[in-house]
Amino acid sequence: MADLTAARPGIEDIRQHYTAHIQRKRLYGGILLAVFVALMAAGFRTADARNAGSFADGFTRIFDYPSEVLAEAAEKAAQLPGHLVHFFPALVETLNIAAASTLVGAVFGTLLSLLATRGMAPWPMLIPLFRRISDICRAIPEIVIALVLIFVLGGGPVPAMIAIAIHTAGALGKLFSEVNENASLKPVEGLTSVGATWAQRMTLGVIPQVGPNYVSYALLRFEINIRASAILGFVGAGGIGYELKNAMSWGQGRYDEAAAIFLLLFVTIVAVDQLSGLLRDRLTHGAKA
Amino acid sequence: MTTFDTTLTPADLKSDISRLFLRKRLMNFALPAAVLAYLAYVFVAFDMPGLWERASLDNAKTLVSDSYSYKTHVTRDNRSGEVSVAIEGERKGAYPDGMSPDWVALGETTVIDLEDGHTVTFGPETIAYEIPGYGNVRATPGRSAGVQAELPAGDVPEWISVSKNRLAVTTEAGRLTVTRNRAEVFRYFAGWELFFFTLDSPYYGMGAGELVQRAATGEAGAIFQEFWTNKMWRHRDVAWAIAETLLMAFLGTIGAGIIALPLAFLATRNFMPLRSIRFAMRRVFDFVRGVDSLIWTVVLARAFGPGPLTGALAILVTDTGTFGKIFSEALENVDQKQIEGVASTGAKPVQRYRFGVIPQITPVLLSQLLYFLESNTRSATIIGAITGGGIGLLLTQAIITQKDWEEVAYYITLIILMVMLMDWFSGWLRRRLIKGEGSNAKRKPRRAEGEAFLLP
Repeated sequence: MADLTAARPGIEDIRQHYTAHIQRKRLYGGILLAVFVALMAAGFRTADARNAGSFADGFTRIFDYPSEVLAEAAEKAAQLPGHLVHFFPALVETLNIAAASTLVGAVFGTLLSLLATRGMAPWPMLIPLFRRISDICRAIPEIVIALVLIFVLGGGPVPAMIAIAIHTAGALGKLFSEVNENASLKPVEGLTSVGATWAQRMTLGVIPQVGPNYVSYALLRFEINIRASAILGFVGAGGIGYELKNAMSWGQGRYDEAAAIFLLLFVTIVAVDQLSGLLRDRLTHGAKA
Repeated sequence: MTTFDTTLTPADLKSDISRLFLRKRLMNFALPAAVLAYLAYVFVAFDMPGLWERASLDNAKTLVSDSYSYKTHVTRDNRSGEVSVAIEGERKGAYPDGMSPDWVALGETTVIDLEDGHTVTFGPETIAYEIPGYGNVRATPGRSAGVQAELPAGDVPEWISVSKNRLAVTTEAGRLTVTRNRAEVFRYFAGWELFFFTLDSPYYGMGAGELVQRAATGEAGAIFQEFWTNKMWRHRDVAWAIAETLLMAFLGTIGAGIIALPLAFLATRNFMPLRSIRFAMRRVFDFVRGVDSLIWTVVLARAFGPGPLTGALAILVTDTGTFGKIFSEALENVDQKQIEGVASTGAKPVQRYRFGVIPQITPVLLSQLLYFLESNTRSATIIGAITGGGIGLLLTQAIITQKDWEEVAYYITLIILMVMLMDWFSGWLRRRLIKGEGSNAKRKPRRAEGEAFLLP
């Protein structure tokens, strides 16, 4: 250490150093904060300038549309149960898209994660390749694949399912491989010693260890995928989002239908949120009984 | 320690064990069977068999070939005899009068060299296509007689279609269509046409070396200007769109964090003694989170109109609920000892929060903000496609035209790069800001409490 040769610092020196240090820290913090605030302000002004309507105008109108919808829905409250029944199949389709894509995505995500984890991958050389594949799958927004597939396959639930499944495979691949990193490799070694194949080693040695975590992440993903499939319906992939778009483009006079769809979507999301929260809690902390 | 009941006979034990095994075996089959049954149901519900009929292979073919190649149209107006050359047949890509690519020789008779021996000649009266290995196809368009085609003897191959008013020849080298009013030749090239400079730019067709040389002699600004205002690819608009998308994600995420932090205090057991307010605040968070971002986007788009501000606000509102939940959970796990320590030095309540609470939750707060910044870049693309703003809008517009697939490919590449860059950036920042996460992240990634449990 260079300081060994120097005289011992006195209290004054220490205090001076400390004050200087604090002042420098405050200055840096202040500058950082100022830059940050300036960035936020500039960003807000740019966004405001490039928007069709300004923030000040729109702010007063935020509740216009919801109140119109609610007023009309209240007026035709008697028809609401009928609408709920009418749109229920669309909701089921949205849920099916989410569930099927979660299942397919989880299967591919599992494969990707096993192929990309050190100690488990059958071809260690290719680990970076599989990591990049799952990165790319994760980076593509669902809407991109969905729109392109709608052009090729025509509208309907299948493009949405494929699009969400690809994204899910990438996202789960990453989360699963983090889970895998924490799994013990001893069962795998044991199985190797008795001559098990790679598939046997994985299904018997790894999956039982990581299963609960996998299911927990997949449930979380299911929740997210319901939202995603509702959004994709809005751009033409079927399901409740499509019905919402139709009801909305009719405008006034059909607001009761829009309200029914809003209600269905809201209740579904809250219900799935609560249910999967409960299930995940059980999976990670074990059953209470 | 497990203790065995010694009164059990081996036979009982065996039957117990075999029952356990039977149950396990059944489960092992039942679970995959249930999944398969569900997938079979989905297969029927989504009408997968009908999908094949609805799928358009032609669309797929145009999509793929158009995304990496382009075609140049050479068109002859059969009434006036004028010949024009345009890339993709668009006005923006038309060659100026008298200018043509070197494989088209304009003149009284225009000769178009399609390479590999394929040559098309636009004569004063007759259009001829010399196909190696087949022969000479001639067509004479006339106002009254339609298109009179002369083919070599023998059967008409399937890549030639002839009718009274139309002749179409499709070969490896290109494509010729002759109708009464016009004759058109397509020649296909790999790559993205006019990506850097359009035909009317003085820098069109220059090599990289020459451009660098010119840039060095003071033309850098002009060269950049030409590139930036490229009419075909609109680089400036695309850059703005990407910036708008990033802006939406940034404003939305940070704004949500700023709003959610104080509200989160109101929803915690240890900072909010009033039960009713706590309960109300939690229900507000649940409500905001439950109303899907799709609904928020739709509602906000009505009030603010299309644009980046709407997208930013939609992200802001949705994430306020999520952040509120995460932050309040983090705040409930705060260690009281530090707050007591700060309080014992005579700190006022504000100072207690500032020095006793905030430093404890900063890691959770920052890592969540950065995670969401990355995932919101993706959301902003999607929301932009719905409300109309940013790169999402450009992408949907390009897809709706159903022919600019090279632009679609370009935008998709940009989007993927943008998201991956944000992913890398937020990860880097997270490691820098939250010490200790980078050093031992190799084998066992440490997770803060509740982290990643609400991640989109």
